[in-house]
Amino acid sequence: MSNGAGGAGGTDTGLAGARERWVRTGGIELCVAELGDPARPTVLLVHGYPDSKEVWSQVAGRLADRFHVVLYDVRGHGRSTAPVPLRGGFTLEKLTDDFLAVADAVSPDRPVHLVGHDWGSVQSWEFVTVARTEGRIASFTSMSGPSLDHLGHWIKQRAARPTPRRAGQLLGQGAKSWYIYLLHTPVLPELAWRGPLGKRWPKILQRIEKIPGGTYPTSSLPQDAAHGAWLYRDNVRARLRRPRTDAYAHAPVQLITPTGDAFLSERLYDDLEQWAPHLVRRTLPAKHWVPRTRPDQLASWIGDFVMAHEDGGLPDRGAAPSGPYAERFGGQLVLVTGAAGGIGRATAFAFAEAGARIVAVDRDAEGAARTAELARLIGAPDAWAEPADVGDGQAMERLAEKVATEYGIVDVLVNNAGIGLSGAFLDTTAEDWKKVLDVNLWGVIHGCRLFGKQMAERGQGGHIVNIASAAAYQPSKALPAYSTSKAAVLMLSECLRAELAGQGIGVSAICPGFVNTNITSTAHFTGVSVEEEERRRKKTSRLYGLRNYPPEKVADAVLRAVVRNQAVVPVTPEARGARLLSRFAPGALRALARVEPPL
Amino acid sequence: MTDARTAELRGFKEVQRLAYACAEAVAARLRPGVTEREAARMQREWLRARGVRDWFHLPFAWFGDRTAFAGFRIPLQFFPTGRRLEAGMPFILDLAPVHRGFTADVGYSGCLGPNRLHGKLLADLEAHRELILREVRERRSLREIYEDVDRLMVRQGYANRHRAYPFGVIAHKIDRVKERRWSPHVFGFGTQSLKGLAGDALHGHRDGWSPLWSPYRFSDHPPKPGLWAVEPHLGFRGTGAKFEEILVVTDSRDPEQSAFWLDDDLPHVRRWAEAV
Repeated sequence: MSNGAGGAGGTDTGLAGARERWVRTGGIELCVAELGDPARPTVLLVHGYPDSKEVWSQVAGRLADRFHVVLYDVRGHGRSTAPVPLRGGFTLEKLTDDFLAVADAVSPDRPVHLVGHDWGSVQSWEFVTVARTEGRIASFTSMSGPSLDHLGHWIKQRAARPTPRRAGQLLGQGAKSWYIYLLHTPVLPELAWRGPLGKRWPKILQRIEKIPGGTYPTSSLPQDAAHGAWLYRDNVRARLRRPRTDAYAHAPVQLITPTGDAFLSERLYDDLEQWAPHLVRRTLPAKHWVPRTRPDQLASWIGDFVMAHEDGGLPDRGAAPSGPYAERFGGQLVLVTGAAGGIGRATAFAFAEAGARIVAVDRDAEGAARTAELARLIGAPDAWAEPADVGDGQAMERLAEKVATEYGIVDVLVNNAGIGLSGAFLDTTAEDWKKVLDVNLWGVIHGCRLFGKQMAERGQGGHIVNIASAAAYQPSKALPAYSTSKAAVLMLSECLRAELAGQGIGVSAICPGFVNTNITSTAHFTGVSVEEEERRRKKTSRLYGLRNYPPEKVADAVLRAVVRNQAVVPVTPEARGARLLSRFAPGALRALARVEPPL
Repeated sequence: MTDARTAELRGFKEVQRLAYACAEAVAARLRPGVTEREAARMQREWLRARGVRDWFHLPFAWFGDRTAFAGFRIPLQFFPTGRRLEAGMPFILDLAPVHRGFTADVGYSGCLGPNRLHGKLLADLEAHRELILREVRERRSLREIYEDVDRLMVRQGYANRHRAYPFGVIAHKIDRVKERRWSPHVFGFGTQSLKGLAGDALHGHRDGWSPLWSPYRFSDHPPKPGLWAVEPHLGFRGTGAKFEEILVVTDSRDPEQSAFWLDDDLPHVRRWAEAV
């Protein structure tokens, strides 16, 4: 059959430099594109619905320098020809034939690393669980596409014993699957796609899925979408009614779950370990079309997973990432300021344990180096120390430039650096004010300004955490300057959160109370003699020591805030109490503010 | 130094060597699946077979995150449990036998298979051994030395875990013990040794010193001549490491002779020397 739209699709593929070839199988021709050195491990990318191989263009480009990247248009999509008749031409068995034909053509001797998105992942699950492909697949990265067999069992289990939770899960996924019901109606989907829906689809993707405009989707979209309806009609009912009981993966699987997927519930994968042993889980705060919206993160996770399952694997780097946050932060780049001690160091370690790469920034070069060294030992694939004064705008600009060129764009920024200043307002000199505002406020401003800009320009999301303080909403006559700086940080975070929300960048403010760190032993006390200052430092340190709230718990709150994208997080009971009072009984806080601290 | 003094030190040195030999022998026999209770029993039996009849305290064994005393709230949690050793897990053996009336109290940190983090902790303990000796020779107050060790740990990025010991001690005095045919123990501590410690505490209370080297006010005095079992204990996110050995403090005016480690030929010291 003719492919009028396909020719146009070829000119704006976004797959610059790709070598094309045609693979004939079962009476159809598949359009296959290859990038990179064929001697390298082969990564085979399979697209979803309604898409063509061009959905992968950004990911493929990022993988091409390390791997032999192969993409193909699924039968009936893009420039591949469609089966005649369409009904019965899209069964998973036939799609498996296509995969084997492509794999044999591009990598006859070595197994391929399979990557699937959406329907590409659904069919890849079939490839990776049927016996005849054994030995042809080295690894499989799945995103937004469950195995229909696993899904069938998932539904049966929940329908057979519908506890409230299970019934809720079933209804939730049932509601998200509305489009599947529509696709089972005859003719109407085809008419819609070839008519108004096909025309408006790019706009819909931009508005709802936040996909940047450009060459995607290609002009073959109406055709792809109309043909692709048969993917559903040929397979969904048959497989869900009688799911295979032997659908065990014979290759290692990495599962990437976008947490904001409008079509697939995260709960679908709850029992996946029983089908895919040694499953590696990743979560990504993004919507359904991750190959378009998060290409950097995908390329990094795919690359790491492929290398880990190539001959020899990755070199041993000590401790493996562990803990509840490993699936979210593994491989991400996290920059922490004030990382030579206290909350900053604990936060860097918590991210390192989750497998993130760490940039530890501090004025204290030795302390920062120490943090980086230990971070590498507890699970960070890489960690660097960068000595810098956050209050120095030019130094921060140099730092931002260096980090961007040498380590990459920061995924999570933690503005933690801060200094303590205590004493009456009338005793606080202009010099004191400048010092505390430079670090506590300007440090945060510079961090957000420089690294936030890089995040926004990359357009692939991210998160900024600013460490404010309970002093941001608890007035005190002992801490006028410090509280002012922290209140500014809190408001800055709230404003920035509103500004960056549209770009998928979250901003959180953490408000700890009394935490046992050495901020007390370096704090400045105004209006007293040197000896008295030293005495007060010791006394405060002792009191904070008695309170003994560990910075590790604050670090835990930081990671949780990023995962949940929380706006303001008070940590420690006194901070939560003060937050509550500030809303319901501000008068009580004002009375507390007049109390003389026991120093 | 008098001959009697030399003979006494030799006695302590021998029992400390015996204790470390026991720790090394038991550590070499540890395999995946061995429980803390079994490891403690192995130490007890090894030493019993070599003539040990009394204890300062019965042998302890801690595996995995129990080496960092994770989640310890009550002292009973120090006693060996059914926790099984796994590959890559750190462990600590802590034993204090009394042999021919001489007491030793040693701590041996090891790891089943390679663990780079544990290696780092062990290496970082060296600075603490040097710091403690230097400041004891300077006759700084024990409380101040304790705080300096604390600060060094924080700078290294670690948590102070000896704080979890009874009274938060980094060290305690040990002494000779009378040999009795019947030597009972309560809560794992030998009654003879406890008696000696209690006597010291009573005298010390009158004279303004304490046999317990703690972060509290009662330790705000210069080092008291005698033998101190010093046990700095580092913890870092579920991994702990310590050493414990005898520091001799004398009333000599010569700084070199005023304080010294009883024995420099111990497993952890040899390990540091090999690394250089």
